[in-house]
Amino acid sequence: MVQAGKLIARRRAARTGRRYVPRWRVLAVFILPALVLYTIFIVYPLVSAFRFSFSEWKGTLEVGFAGLGNYRDLLTIYPYDEQLWRAFGHNAVFFVGTMLIQNTVGLLFAVLLFRYTRGKRTLQAAFTTPYLVDPLVVGYLWSLLLSPTFGPVNAALEAAGLESWALPWLGDTRTALPIIILVNAWQWVGFPMLLFSAALAGIPAEYHEAARVDGASSWQAFRRVTLPLLTPAIGVVSVLTFIGNFNAFGLVYAMAGSTGSPAGSTDVLGLLFYRVAFREGGLEAIGRSSALAVLMFVFIFGVSMLASSYFRRKERALL
Amino acid sequence: MTSTVTAPPVQARTEAVRPRRPRRPGRVAVHVLLWGYAAGALLPFVVMVANSLRPTSEIFTEPLRPPLSPSFDSYVRVWTEASFSTYFLNSLIVTCGAVLIGTAVSALAAYPLARYDFFGNRFLSAYFLAGLMLPIRLGLVPIFYLMESMGLIDSLLGLTLLYAASGVPFGVFVLGAFYRSLPLELDEAARIDGAGEFRIFGRIMLPLVRPALASVALFQFVPLWHEFLYPLVLLRTDDRFTIPRGLAQFFGEYQTDWSALFAGLVLATLPLFVLFVVATKQIIAGLTAGMSK
Repeated sequence: MVQAGKLIARRRAARTGRRYVPRWRVLAVFILPALVLYTIFIVYPLVSAFRFSFSEWKGTLEVGFAGLGNYRDLLTIYPYDEQLWRAFGHNAVFFVGTMLIQNTVGLLFAVLLFRYTRGKRTLQAAFTTPYLVDPLVVGYLWSLLLSPTFGPVNAALEAAGLESWALPWLGDTRTALPIIILVNAWQWVGFPMLLFSAALAGIPAEYHEAARVDGASSWQAFRRVTLPLLTPAIGVVSVLTFIGNFNAFGLVYAMAGSTGSPAGSTDVLGLLFYRVAFREGGLEAIGRSSALAVLMFVFIFGVSMLASSYFRRKERALL
Repeated sequence: MTSTVTAPPVQARTEAVRPRRPRRPGRVAVHVLLWGYAAGALLPFVVMVANSLRPTSEIFTEPLRPPLSPSFDSYVRVWTEASFSTYFLNSLIVTCGAVLIGTAVSALAAYPLARYDFFGNRFLSAYFLAGLMLPIRLGLVPIFYLMESMGLIDSLLGLTLLYAASGVPFGVFVLGAFYRSLPLELDEAARIDGAGEFRIFGRIMLPLVRPALASVALFQFVPLWHEFLYPLVLLRTDDRFTIPRGLAQFFGEYQTDWSALFAGLVLATLPLFVLFVVATKQIIAGLTAGMSK
């Protein structure tokens, strides 16, 4: 009887065109597992991170409300006041270096490969292989390859008669960060290449040809026609590079340890956060590391949003 | 170059139509650059494999020699002595478990959210979607203390549940889009035939989104397999370590045994390489199977 009644109700719902909605109990069975898992392990910790950053801590004991105290401590108390800005500066250098090297080379490869026919697939596969590998593995691999005593890189330089170039790459405060930027670029260059390749394929060939017919040189046509039309792709690549670089952890940890050796010359925000939270934060570790996490989030999220809207405006100006 | 600029338009047009003569030196330079870089992108991996096949003493004295008499001794050492077999098993349990749970609960939740208009749907959809924009690392410290209070520190179960939860926003988002693309008449017809909601889901909806399930699972698999920060913080004893966590330990302990270090790196990389070779075919097969129906 109940079954029949349900059936009639369903038929009526189907006939009258009103969308049928399952009962609450049925909906709950579908939605609750994901909802519970996601709320406990993702949402609750994220919300707590904000709360923790405004609380005063004695070890794991929450003893009161601290207002902006933890944030003030991060910016004023030694050694955080020094390390925070140093790490921030390294992240900024990391980002600028990656934009200049990785993304420019990626664009160059995309343009060169655009009219390339034989072996194009092989080349693309080779360029993108390193990014399938764990950044941690990449970091450890390069730290072995670049070792000053037994590393094959310096051995090859010496064999080629470039003894003066066989430097302790990761042991020198001047070369360590640039080397990490290069290794990171080596790993990720396939990503901007693929994105720019897709964007280039979407630009009608007539635009470039028209510019050439009007007497523009190859470079002028690229600079004045192709490059502006790549704005959306450049925007996506820039924002994703920014987010990736400011969240860097595994690669730097593998190449420079948790302190960003040598002498903190490769310390980045990710490492600093890890140290404050779990290594040297002391009794105030929870509050200060949460404050640092919130600061990083607000900065990364805010800049990404601003950059995205900037590129969207530029895009609209194009059309 | 300058001749085209000053030339009259008609002449320029005919010149543009004629196939341009390849400028020899330029073409050669492009070939050299591209193939040279391709070699540069792969060479470190070749060195990695080559050095894992020869003894450490030889790597130290002859850094540039290929393995003339390859031996797998270092692999045996890494697999048994350095407990890579344990790391491997742990990574497999945690990653597969998390991908299965994460994909399953996402597939369930995305279905009513995508296909039924009920009170609270919009809020719940936005709630799940918000997770796509928030970095889960922000919650690292609270997660540590949450796990501690639940007795899940140094536990593979804790890591599995955390990983599974981290895949929910992406899974709900992608699978929702797939459910929405299926025609409404599909479940209406089944409902008129008397099928219940779970039957419609299991027999009609799920088989139709199978290719999407495979992609969602694969997309979750790779970052989880590589995740380092969470195991670094949440795992403590050697026999619970996943591969990335174990690798960090191993690089401290085996500093002087380079042959073993290279072998460890090869072992850490191999599974993903195999997965890509196998899964690419699988996904294409899944897609075409879905289309032919």
